[in-house]
Amino acid sequence: MTGRGFARSRGRADTATGRPRPLVPFANLPATAQQPAVDHPREASTPLHAVSVEDVSKSFRLPHEQYSTLKQRVLHPRRSRTFSELRALEDVSFEVAQGEFFGIVGRNGSGKSTLLKCLAGIYGVDDGRIDVQGRLSPFIELGVGFHPELSARDNVVINAIMLGLTRKQALERFDEIIAFAELEEFVDLKLKNYSSGMSVRLGFAVAIQVDADILLVDEVLAVGDASFQQKCFDQFDRLKDEGRTIVFVTHDMDSVRRFCDRAMLLERGQMLNIGEPDAIAAKYAEINFGVVGEDGSSGGPGLPRTRVARAWCENGSDRAPDTADTFTVGRGEACAACMEVEFIDAVEDPVFLITFRNDVRHTIYVARSDLDATTGSFAAGQRATVRFRFPNWLAHSTYTLTPAVMTSDGRITLDQRVDAVTLHVDTNRITGGVADLPTEVEVERS
Amino acid sequence: MNAPAATVQAQGPSALGGDFRRALSLTWMLAVTDFKLRYFGSVLGYLWTLMRPLMLFGVLYFVFTKVFAIGEEVKYYPVYLLTSIVLFTYFSETTGGGVQSLMTRENLLRKMHFPRIAIPISVALSALFNLGLNLLAVLVFAIASGVEPRMSWFQFPLLVLALTVLAIGFAMLLSVLYVRFRDIQPIWDVVLQITFYASPVLYVIKMLPPELQREMMAANPLAVILTQMRHAVLDPSAPSAAEMIGHDARLLIPFGLVVMVFCAGLWLFTREAPRIAENL
Repeated sequence: MTGRGFARSRGRADTATGRPRPLVPFANLPATAQQPAVDHPREASTPLHAVSVEDVSKSFRLPHEQYSTLKQRVLHPRRSRTFSELRALEDVSFEVAQGEFFGIVGRNGSGKSTLLKCLAGIYGVDDGRIDVQGRLSPFIELGVGFHPELSARDNVVINAIMLGLTRKQALERFDEIIAFAELEEFVDLKLKNYSSGMSVRLGFAVAIQVDADILLVDEVLAVGDASFQQKCFDQFDRLKDEGRTIVFVTHDMDSVRRFCDRAMLLERGQMLNIGEPDAIAAKYAEINFGVVGEDGSSGGPGLPRTRVARAWCENGSDRAPDTADTFTVGRGEACAACMEVEFIDAVEDPVFLITFRNDVRHTIYVARSDLDATTGSFAAGQRATVRFRFPNWLAHSTYTLTPAVMTSDGRITLDQRVDAVTLHVDTNRITGGVADLPTEVEVERS
Repeated sequence: MNAPAATVQAQGPSALGGDFRRALSLTWMLAVTDFKLRYFGSVLGYLWTLMRPLMLFGVLYFVFTKVFAIGEEVKYYPVYLLTSIVLFTYFSETTGGGVQSLMTRENLLRKMHFPRIAIPISVALSALFNLGLNLLAVLVFAIASGVEPRMSWFQFPLLVLALTVLAIGFAMLLSVLYVRFRDIQPIWDVVLQITFYASPVLYVIKMLPPELQREMMAANPLAVILTQMRHAVLDPSAPSAAEMIGHDARLLIPFGLVVMVFCAGLWLFTREAPRIAENL
């Protein structure tokens, strides 16, 4: 698999992150108010990997019929022996460098959580080796052991003790935890009366108090409102700055792109890919939409095969070279987002669209071909160039463009190139919004 | 705490290993929470921990002193009855609670790395809190009935310790077996009922046919504990466990049984611990 060679190159994991990092990442550990009494002696001599996984395999035995009573076992001594083996992980190898933010992505049932549980030591592995340098956070989900009948106060203490804090430490940090979770008014309310968002906030607030070098996190950002998510992101940044290593399982490609230094993609227990978050996210989108772009031609089963061959931007005057994927436009400039599509099979009325996303992965604009007209039919082997012309009223920022071809009902993606194009909008006007519309200002004194 | 430990984890969680202090505080916390929650929301709260054995005592006392009148020949029979009920309750709470303990903590086991032994131990600890409360009531009752405090009362904690070791042994054994066989629950309910009558809780060992006395003493550690309790705490003129079993050295048999149950429990629990999370 792709990652094998990498995993063997011990101690050089840093070079693979693609981002410059100091060799001793913890030299200037900022002392924060969150962790007053705790210091992490990190020695320069320790190996640079925080987690090293070598050829790990894990399978589960799934009995064909669940015999869990003695009578059944006595009556059918033979039958209970049959079981199928589910290979949850097969020969997975990778290394996570110290201080790295590492994402594990994959579809449901791809083995992400099993891998995380193996890392955490909750499951044993059948084969291979897992080497962990430093203290590991003991649990992988928020609010483990929260009891609905107890108040937030009791639950915080319980959860903190499970994290490895002492009762005294838990009580000392209690106010801080509650303040972070914004639950001051509900401290003595039983947890069962909390909304699910509130209890997740509480769980997160406790979890970030953990005093571990390596944090394992399973799908935490799926909940909470936008403002709380922002707080969580800030905390992740803080942990990152403190040099903690974070291994992070998610479906959410936006947070992978935003936080991860590197990521790996699991599919049916095997590692498909490891590397830059952008590349992994793109790959993930491909396996999710049933489009495997490697040979450039395959569509999902039963779907006409199409391929987004190329995407680029044009702005009136100068045409960038065909190979470029980064473009700059000014304010108000007439420009075009373009894509070239190759139809391997005939397609009737395909929908072309290009999605514009900003740097925090919000979708800013979707240019699409199906709003005013249909596109007609395309024969097998035909190629088409699609241009979406528009005056650029986007605000000063960097955008990524994802070209895609969909079926005529706009439901199934035939092919797409996630973030194929980067568009810099260079206006030097900071408006605070995502659009910078042509505006006339009129002030009337009365 | 601060050593940057390099850990190689391929085995899955162990029964005992890991940070000892954390295991201890975890056990304590689980037990306290369990104890708090047990009578949560009931009006009388903690009083119920007392009420249950007291009510059982009331019924049995009436039956065995007024109906069958066997209490006459035993000095401090009511105190003996109450104490033995309280001790047996402790044993049945620990073992009976132990059966499903892993199952009810599934959430923790699947999501968290910690020494698995914390769970059956916390069940025993929570039952021990109950025992402590109940023994306060027993003490008041004993003094009021005219039992005199004496030095040999210091044997009592040792007897409770022996009972605890036996109960934890069973709890470990049963909790792990229950993960595999759900029949353990009804089986153990029946076993506990039989044990209640096969132990000198309602009666004293002397009331049995002579040929049965020694055998019960040898086969049932509870009989030894209760008999010795009667001798040391209530009535020095009552036969001690050594006298009843015939010879000091023969006490090694029930003692060996306790150790054996504990070791078997520990062995099986340790063996199964790494796979508990996936088998649940």
